[in-house]
Amino acid sequence: MTPVLAFAAAGAVTIVVVLLIVLALVYYLVSVIVQLRKITAGLNDVIAGVGEILQKTEPVDEVVTAINQQLDAGVDALEGLLVKKAGMSDALGLVDGIYPGAAAAGFRNFPESGAITPPRIGEVYTNGALTLARLGREAPIAAGNPAGPALRYVEQGSLAARQLYPEARQAMPESLPRSPVIGTDAPVQYEQREDIGAPRKRLPGRPTTAGAGTAPSEGLQ
Amino acid sequence: MILWWIGDIVLLVVVLPVVVVLLRGVLTAARSIVPSVTEIAKVAAAGSKDLDAVPLLLTTLDQATRTVAGVANYGGSLDVILDDAPAGSG
Repeated sequence: MTPVLAFAAAGAVTIVVVLLIVLALVYYLVSVIVQLRKITAGLNDVIAGVGEILQKTEPVDEVVTAINQQLDAGVDALEGLLVKKAGMSDALGLVDGIYPGAAAAGFRNFPESGAITPPRIGEVYTNGALTLARLGREAPIAAGNPAGPALRYVEQGSLAARQLYPEARQAMPESLPRSPVIGTDAPVQYEQREDIGAPRKRLPGRPTTAGAGTAPSEGLQ
Repeated sequence: MILWWIGDIVLLVVVLPVVVVLLRGVLTAARSIVPSVTEIAKVAAAGSKDLDAVPLLLTTLDQATRTVAGVANYGGSLDVILDDAPAGSG
C-alpha cells in the first residue's frame, strides 16, 4: 500500500468513527430532550394542581378556627350549666354514664374534676329512669349499664318487658296453678241438672183433649 | 501513520462505547422521571378534587353557630327552670 492510500484509509476510518460518535450523541440527546419536555409538561400539571389545592385550602384555617370557637363556647356553656345544676360529682357520673371512661379526663373548665371518682349512673338516676333506659333502643343513658348496652330486639321485644316481673313468673314452675279446663272432656265436671235435656213438664191446668180446630185463644176463655 | 491508526482504534473501541453508555444512562434516568411526574400530577389533581367540599365548611360554621345559639337559649331556660345543686354537693 502506498503512503498516500494509507493516509487516505486512516482518514476515512477517522471520519467514520467521528460520524458514529456524532450520530450517537444526536440520537441520545434528542431522546433526552423529548423526555425532558414530557417532564416539563407533567410538572406544569403538578403546579396547576398544587395551585388549586393552595387556593382551596386558603380559607380552611379561618373557618375551622371559627367553628372551634363556636363549639368551645357551646362546651363551656353546657359544662357550666351541668355542673351548676347537678353538682360536680353527679355531673361527672352523668357524663361517665353516657360516655364510659370520659369522667377520667374531667371537665375542661374544671381541672379539679379529673380527680373526682364519678358515681355510678344508678346512683344519679332513679330505678324508673334506668328501666326506661334499658327498654330503649340503644339508649345512650344505659351505656353504662353493668350488663352491657341496652338493646331491644324487634322479634323478642317481650323479653325486656318480662324481665321486669318477679323471677317466679319468668321460670314458669310447674307448681303454679294452671288455667281451668272447660268442656265435656274437662277433668272437673260440675253438677248436672237432670231436667236439662228431658221432656218439658206439662202445666197442670192445661186440657189434654183440646179440639183440633180450636183456636188457642178459645181455650183460654 | 501508526499513531493515526492507533487513534482511530481508540476512538472506535473506547470513546464511542463510553459516549454511548453515558448517554444511555442519562436517557434511562430521564425516562424514569416521566412516570413519577405523571403520577404526581394525577395525585395533585385528585387532591384538588377532594378539596371541592371545603366551601361546605362555611355551611358547617353556620350550622355550628346556630346550634350553639340554640343550646345557649335552652341552657338559659334550664338555668331558670331548674334549681341549682345544693352547695357542697360536688
